[in-house]
Amino acid sequence: MTKEERIKQRHKAEKRFRFYGILSISVAVLFVFILVQNIFSKGSSAFYRTVIKTEVFFDKELLELGENPSIQELQSLDLFDLSVSSLLKVYPIDDPEKENELIQMFSPDYEFEIKRYLVKNPDLIGKSAIINLTASDDIDQLNKGNFPRDLPEDMRRVNNFQLEIFDNLVSSNKIDTIFNNYFFTNGDSRDPELAGIGGSLMGSFFTIVICLLLSFPIAILASIYLEEFAPKNKLTELIEININNLAAVPSIVYGLLGLGILLGFMEFPRSTPLVAGITLSLMTLPRIIIPCRASLKAVPPSIREGALAVGASKFQTVFHHVVPLAMPGTLSGTIIGLAQALGETAPLILIGMVAFVVDVPTSPVDPSASLPVQVYLWSESAERGFVEKTSATIMMLLIFLIVMNFIAVYLRQKFERKWN
Amino acid sequence: MKSNKIKISSKNLNVYYGQKQALFDVNLDLHEKEVTALIGPSGCGKSTFIRCINRMNDVIDICKVEGTIKIDEVDINSKKIDVVQLREKVGMVFQKPNPFPKSIYDNIAYAPTIHGIAQNKNDMDQLVENCLKKAALWNEVKDRLNEPGTSLSGGQQQRLCIARAISVNPEVILMDEPCSALDPIATAKIEELIDELRGTYTIVIVTHSMAQAVRVSQKTGFFHLGKLIEFGTTEKIFKNPSNNMTQDYITGRFG
Repeated sequence: MTKEERIKQRHKAEKRFRFYGILSISVAVLFVFILVQNIFSKGSSAFYRTVIKTEVFFDKELLELGENPSIQELQSLDLFDLSVSSLLKVYPIDDPEKENELIQMFSPDYEFEIKRYLVKNPDLIGKSAIINLTASDDIDQLNKGNFPRDLPEDMRRVNNFQLEIFDNLVSSNKIDTIFNNYFFTNGDSRDPELAGIGGSLMGSFFTIVICLLLSFPIAILASIYLEEFAPKNKLTELIEININNLAAVPSIVYGLLGLGILLGFMEFPRSTPLVAGITLSLMTLPRIIIPCRASLKAVPPSIREGALAVGASKFQTVFHHVVPLAMPGTLSGTIIGLAQALGETAPLILIGMVAFVVDVPTSPVDPSASLPVQVYLWSESAERGFVEKTSATIMMLLIFLIVMNFIAVYLRQKFERKWN
Repeated sequence: MKSNKIKISSKNLNVYYGQKQALFDVNLDLHEKEVTALIGPSGCGKSTFIRCINRMNDVIDICKVEGTIKIDEVDINSKKIDVVQLREKVGMVFQKPNPFPKSIYDNIAYAPTIHGIAQNKNDMDQLVENCLKKAALWNEVKDRLNEPGTSLSGGQQQRLCIARAISVNPEVILMDEPCSALDPIATAKIEELIDELRGTYTIVIVTHSMAQAVRVSQKTGFFHLGKLIEFGTTEKIFKNPSNNMTQDYITGRFG
């Protein structure tokens, strides 16, 4: 082969490699795009809910209230009859047997919604107000265009009569779409229009905080000791191999451990963020220790020698010089480890976090769900409303993960800048 | 040439790295307030020897030191010696400048802080200024003491490291090829500095440059394959070596 041919071939090989590289990046970007697009197109409608504007007259006589009723009095009111009669006034129906069809177009929580409104505005007694009452899941989906209307009636969840009412309400501007605050504040519910991630959000928050409090100090101290102080012998070698192995253990195994020891033996409260946090920190520990040790190892030995040579003790050398230099890697390793823990589902299922929890937890020992488990729970539900809720929850989870990774990058850059 | 009193004395010093023996029965007396140069081909044990003087070899797990090294008649390998105090007395400058990734000021102030040398901020400022002046760096950095030490040029970094080494007022300064990473101008400055420091400190310098050894040292030791082949005044070693191997090395026939 002549020299020219060789040069030509070399250039060709380089071009080919560049082409492959661009191709693989494009494929990766395409997949990410499809994923995000799919989730967003399915999930974005979950951030809105359909409401039916309903006029409610708070009849003083009917409510049997005195002057200036207290909040407690208002809260203990029975508003059922008043509510039902208000609902029925939205669309007058002659046939009493068909009244139920109209009621079913509202979310079953209408009485509480009216009461909440009244408690917030107690001066409304004796007056009437137009209240946005949440529509049922079927009407919500119909309004969002997720239910095809041209199916035969027996294959539709909304019958012809309800469809007629709906169209009438739309033309009289009584149907509205507003921001779905329920999605962020409510706990789980059997009714998709009322279900929210408030409970699982708090559950995930408590879980991650406990996981952080447990795994960060333990992992940092363990990695500093192993990397800087421990003698290099068979025992530390064994520990090192085991840490690497533990990082590769499937997460469900940690779930079994939590189930057997924390719930079975130590009788910790079931389905709580406390148990979840402990279980996940067991899983996260090796995953934090490995990057921490790597970043400690990456500190140049010349810095250690410099510090030792001016008479710093081993302890001073490590904590004044090595650890600050390793901090960016350590912190970002920790955050990535926590982000993994945040997205973990399997071990939580085993320790009972799949329970159906309506109440939003207020402490780490209250039963709760967590975001990924909520995704799992809702993805199993048949109602169309839960499909968008599932995607919306995934969006929230992704947002949290992206934010955490951003913090990791930010911390790394901030500390690195300080040292150079 | 009249010799000062003996500062460092090694007797039958043997050093092993695992199975490999790095030093064989080194007997060497180093005199106070003199510059002693250690020369020899790469891997001959010069660096190992000076790392024994401040026990930097402690860091290496597989390293084993036999025999004695005495500083001022005190065995530094004895259990009673606190290695931190030893290193306060024996400073070291490394082959590659290794300033801490902190400000120039903090680089100097670090060691006095941990040893509790300066009492207040004023003392510390004075101390930092003195050290930088002694290291002939003050004029170049006095306006940017808060800039990171790593932003200085290689030669300035090495002088910063020397300033750092003298900040705790040691008695001995060990230099492990301090100029090998520097250009000739920076090297000349360091050599000038060594000459000035000689009156105050006992200096041991490992060097690959025979010209440098001639320029800065009063005594020279020649190492080969872990053995001290010859030791004497620099003048004698370079003008009239008694050993053939020394003769061959300094004339460039091997090494």
